[in-house]
Amino acid sequence: MGRAAFHALVAVMFLFLLAPVILVFPLSLSADSSMAFPPSGWSLRWYAALVQHPGLMAALRNSVLLALLVTASALLLAIPAALAIARGRFPGREALFALLTAPLLLPTIVLGLALLILFAGWGLIGSWSGLVLAHLLVALPYATRVLVTALGTLPAGLEDAAASLGAPPATVFRRVTLPLILPGVAATCAIVCLVSFDETVISLFVVGPRLTTFPVALFRYVQSRTDPLVAAAAAVMILFTLAIVIVLDRLIGLKRAVGG
Amino acid sequence: MRRTALLLLVPALAVNLLVFLWPMLNLAALSFRDALPGGGIGTVLSLGTWRDLLADGYYWSLLLNSVVVSLIITLAALFCGYPIALFVHRAPARWRNLLMVACIAPLLVSAVVRTYGWLVILGDRGLLPSLLRALGWVRPPRLVFNEIGVVVALTEILMPYMILSLLAGFGRLNPVLEEAAASLGARPFTVFRRIVLPLSVPGILLGCLLAFVLAVSSFITPSLLGGGRVPLLATEIYDQAIVSLNWPVAAALSVIVLAVFGVALTLYGRLSRAEA
Repeated sequence: MGRAAFHALVAVMFLFLLAPVILVFPLSLSADSSMAFPPSGWSLRWYAALVQHPGLMAALRNSVLLALLVTASALLLAIPAALAIARGRFPGREALFALLTAPLLLPTIVLGLALLILFAGWGLIGSWSGLVLAHLLVALPYATRVLVTALGTLPAGLEDAAASLGAPPATVFRRVTLPLILPGVAATCAIVCLVSFDETVISLFVVGPRLTTFPVALFRYVQSRTDPLVAAAAAVMILFTLAIVIVLDRLIGLKRAVGG
Repeated sequence: MRRTALLLLVPALAVNLLVFLWPMLNLAALSFRDALPGGGIGTVLSLGTWRDLLADGYYWSLLLNSVVVSLIITLAALFCGYPIALFVHRAPARWRNLLMVACIAPLLVSAVVRTYGWLVILGDRGLLPSLLRALGWVRPPRLVFNEIGVVVALTEILMPYMILSLLAGFGRLNPVLEEAAASLGARPFTVFRRIVLPLSVPGILLGCLLAFVLAVSSFITPSLLGGGRVPLLATEIYDQAIVSLNWPVAAALSVIVLAVFGVALTLYGRLSRAEA
């Protein structure tokens, strides 16, 4: 195969990979009343319709609040756990780390069903605590893993030096460890935020008639209709994701954040 | 220090127990109960659910369909992802970062959004059918609400995982080897077949494992693009749990999905060891 043919093949494959994401933007500016591509005219009417859609807007507010709650809880749980795993010397350390990150290896459809069955009995379906717990199921493994990696890359001896100079453990953590792993903490915040905001399958099992999340509301909407309102909502979602990635990149550099 | 370390782990482990270990064990146990009419669940241990499930040809065809569709998707993702991975691997350093972002970016976009993107392209009034009609094809074949749409969309959605796995495996690929082969008179395709392809087998195996298990368990895309006409394990689990309220059957089907995962993982382990 010649060089030109190979490059043409790569271009076609890149087009295939990116087309569905890119096409959402022109469609969101469609003036048609139903989905047709290419649109016959351009307007912002579907963004206006999105803002005026009470169900989707409530779901969007829920998702943003949920992402913040999940991020805060994940940090509170994962920072101590990561410290224990990265610094502690006790038997079963590897096994406990494996257990904490294990949910990422299992299909979300199975995890969601497992939560539904237990949560139904506990009255947690359609509740805030149920949703936060369900999102922690996937957020905690990510947070623990990123923070353990961040702690592992700290320059050796700094914490020991502070401790040998008489700083109590809490001071060592506050004055030495925490400032040094701040990039890792920022990366954790961004990743957990994205994971929670995009989580769909597990949420589908746990949401209730009165409390739903944005991806779930969008999923239900696409099930019944496919008008360009979804494209406007999708564009908002993509821009939200992009914003978090850009903030992360500006704060600490994308490569450092993902541990590259 | 040991006591402190364990104390620090307690909150995270408590949450893990509450939302992971306990629910998963409970799920497995539930498949050994009987479903009673009206969504009730029997109180005694029984093999009834498993007996009915394994005796019903429908569930066997569901399993077969899931595995076959996932294998097709895996191979398609490999064929579509390989050229991209090779191109990115060989790109000059200043382009490589940008190209990597283009490969990873779709991963950050929700599966609902990307599936909707495919409805825009493949849907009855979408881009591709419009194009085909404009080219003079009066009644182009339907591309959504059947296996075609599910395969096309899931191939695209799983491609980033395949590309990343392939790139991780390309570490052993050394341009000097390719130049040596070429300078000894090997033609480009021979260099690819005899040097590049064998060296990238570990990446291919890892990418195929990931794509396969993710395809078997994916729900959003088959549900939206299949329109209820593409019966797969994952969509059946959801229907049994939410629509039919038959939790024991949904639990048993979940155990079957996990068993498929286990088989895929074992096969991967065997193949990688044989290759190494």
